[in-house]
Amino acid sequence: MTVILNQSFTGISIGAVLLLIALGLTLTFGQMGVINMAHGEFIMAGAYTTYVLQKSISSAGVSLLVALPVAFLVAGAMGVLLEWLLIRRLYTRPLDTLLVTWGVSLMLQQLARDIFGAPNVQTHAPDLLTGNISLGGGITLANSRLFILGLALLSVLALTLILKLTPLGRRIRAVVQNRDLAEVSGIATERVDRTTFFIGSGLAGVAGVALTLVGPIGPTMGTNYIVDAFLVVVVGGIGQLKGSVITAFALGVLQSVLEYSTTVSVAKVIVLVAIVAFLQWRPQGLYTLRTRSLA
Amino acid sequence: MTTTTTTSPAPPVALLERFRVPAGFALGAVLLLGVAPLALSDFRLSLLAKYLCYAIVAVGVSLAWGRGGLMVLGQGVFFGLGGYAMAMHLKLADAAATGQTLPDFMQLYGTGDTLPWWWEPFANPAFALAMTVLLPMAVAALLGFFVFQRRVKGAYFAILSQALAAALAIWLVGQQATTGGTNGLTDIQGFFGYSLDDPVNQRMVYFIIAAVLLLLMAAARQLFVSRYGELLIAVRDSEERVRFLGYNPANVKLVAYVIAAGMAGLAGALFVPAVGIISPALIGIVPSIGFVIGAAVGGRASLVGAVLGAIAVAWAQSTLSDAFPAAWTYLQGLLFVVAVGFLPGGLASLGIVLRKRRAGTGTGTRTTGETA
Repeated sequence: MTVILNQSFTGISIGAVLLLIALGLTLTFGQMGVINMAHGEFIMAGAYTTYVLQKSISSAGVSLLVALPVAFLVAGAMGVLLEWLLIRRLYTRPLDTLLVTWGVSLMLQQLARDIFGAPNVQTHAPDLLTGNISLGGGITLANSRLFILGLALLSVLALTLILKLTPLGRRIRAVVQNRDLAEVSGIATERVDRTTFFIGSGLAGVAGVALTLVGPIGPTMGTNYIVDAFLVVVVGGIGQLKGSVITAFALGVLQSVLEYSTTVSVAKVIVLVAIVAFLQWRPQGLYTLRTRSLA
Repeated sequence: MTTTTTTSPAPPVALLERFRVPAGFALGAVLLLGVAPLALSDFRLSLLAKYLCYAIVAVGVSLAWGRGGLMVLGQGVFFGLGGYAMAMHLKLADAAATGQTLPDFMQLYGTGDTLPWWWEPFANPAFALAMTVLLPMAVAALLGFFVFQRRVKGAYFAILSQALAAALAIWLVGQQATTGGTNGLTDIQGFFGYSLDDPVNQRMVYFIIAAVLLLLMAAARQLFVSRYGELLIAVRDSEERVRFLGYNPANVKLVAYVIAAGMAGLAGALFVPAVGIISPALIGIVPSIGFVIGAAVGGRASLVGAVLGAIAVAWAQSTLSDAFPAAWTYLQGLLFVVAVGFLPGGLASLGIVLRKRRAGTGTGTRTTGETA
C-alpha cells in the first residue's frame, strides 16, 4: 500500500510537469492548430534562465523566485519572435509547422550547446525545497515535487481566470471557437494569436524553471518531454484546459504505476497502446469543441 | 485552325515528353549500376549504398506523405523492424559459423545460455527475409487500421506515429539482454554466407541495394499514375469529398501507409549488410524526422525529387557532420525551415515557382499535405 501511494505521488508529480508543459501547447495547438516542436526548447530556455540567474544572484531561493517571471518573459519573447518570423506565414498549412519548428528546435539546441557547452549543468535548489515531508507510514513527499505540483495548479488557475474573466480571454476563446466569425466581429485575430503564443511559450519557460528542481539542464532536455506533452494534448482534446489537466495526471500516474510493476521501457509501450485504444473511443480527445465542420 | 489530327511525326517536344520517364529511369539505372561502381572507390561506394537505403525510405515517404498527405514521422520504426529482423538472422548465422549457439552480445549480457524463443525462427533465412518486410507492414496495418478507421488525422496522426518511434527505441534500449540495448546489433560479419569484410561482397551489397531502389521507384511510379494514385491524391486534397463519392478514405490511406512501411522495412534490412550495424539511435524520433526531411527538400510529391533529396541530405550529413558538427546542425535546422516553410514543393518545384514569379502570377506552389 505504501509503495502504491508513493508511486502514485511520483505519478502525480510527473503529471504536474507534463501539465505545465502541455498547458502552453494546448493554448497554441488549440487556438492556431500550430504544432510547435520548438516548445521543448522554450522549456530549455527557461531552465537556462534559472541557471544564469543563479550565477548572478547567490541566494538560491531568491533566484528561483526571480527566475519564474524572467523565464516567462524570455520564453514568451522567443515564442513571439518565432510566431512573427515563421509561424504566421504557415497558418494555411498547420501540419508543416511541425517540421519547420523542428528545424528551429535543432538550431536552438545547437545554440545552447555553443553558449553553455554540451554537458548538462546543475542549479542548486533552495534549502526549503531539498527536504522531504513525511506523512507517516513510510509515505514521503519530496518538497521540490510538491512545489512543482503547486506551480502547475497555480498556472492552471491563472490561465483559467484569464480565459474566463478577462477581455483577452474572451477574445481567445472566440478565436478558438470560430476564427472567421471572430474576425468579422472586429477581433484582431492576428494580435490575439500573438498574445496567445506569448502566454503559451511563456508557460513553457515556467515549466523549464520547475524542471531545474528535478533534473539536470541540458541542450536536449526539451526533446525528452515534448512528445509526452503532445500526447497529453491529443488525448485531452485540443484547446481544452480541463482535458489537459485530467490527462496529464492520468498519464503520469499510469506511467509511474506501470513502471513499478514492469519496467520503464515496457511502461512507455503500454501507455502508447492505451492512448491508441483511447482514441478509438474518443478520436477527438477527452473534451471536444462541438462544431459543424467535417474536418 | 481546325482540330483535325495530323499524320506528321510528333514534334520533338512531345516526343521528349513521351519518353521522359523511361529515359530518366534508364539514365538513373546507368548512373547507379554502371557509372557509380566504376567511378567510386570501395569506401565511397559503401557510403553511397547507405544513402541509397535512405532513398528507399524516401520512396515510401513520397507515397504516403507527398501523395497521401500522411505525415509519417515514425518511419524509423519500420526501418528498425526491418533492420533488426535482418540483423538477428545475420547475427545467428555469424554465431553458427563459429560454432556458437548464441550471438556474441548475448554471451556478454544474456541471462542464460538459451536463445530467447522469439529469436529462434530468425535462424531460418527465408523467415527472416520475409519478416523484414512483413513485420513492418503488419505493425503499420495494425496502427493504421485503428487510427484511420476512427478518422484520427492530421497532427494527431503525426504525433502518434512519432510516439511509436519513441516507444520502440526506448523499448529496444531497455531489453539489453536480448536486443543489445543502446549498442544495438553490431559487428555483423557475413551476409548469407558471403563475408562482408571482402570488398567484392560489399560491392554486391551495393548492387542489390541500387537494384531494389530502382525497382521500387518503378513500382511507385506505376502506383502514382494508377487509379489508386489518383484516389490517394484526392484523399489528400479533399478527404470528405472522396468519402461522399462512395470510397472509404481510411482504406486508401491504410494502403499507402502499409506500403511505405514495407519499403522502410526493406531499406532497414539492406542497411544492415551495407553498414554492419542497427541500433536504437538509428530509429528514434530524431532519425525518423530525418527520413522525412530528405523528401521535403527534394520535393515530397515528386518521386525523383524525394529520392535525390534523401541522397543529397544523407551525403551532406555524413560529409559535414564529422568536420563541422555545429555548423551541420544549424544547416539541418535551416533546411527544415527553408525547404518546408518557403518551398513546400521542394527543389523539384523550384522551376515552377521561379517561372510563376517571373510571370507575376501567384506567390507560391500549391501546398500539399494539408489533410493527413
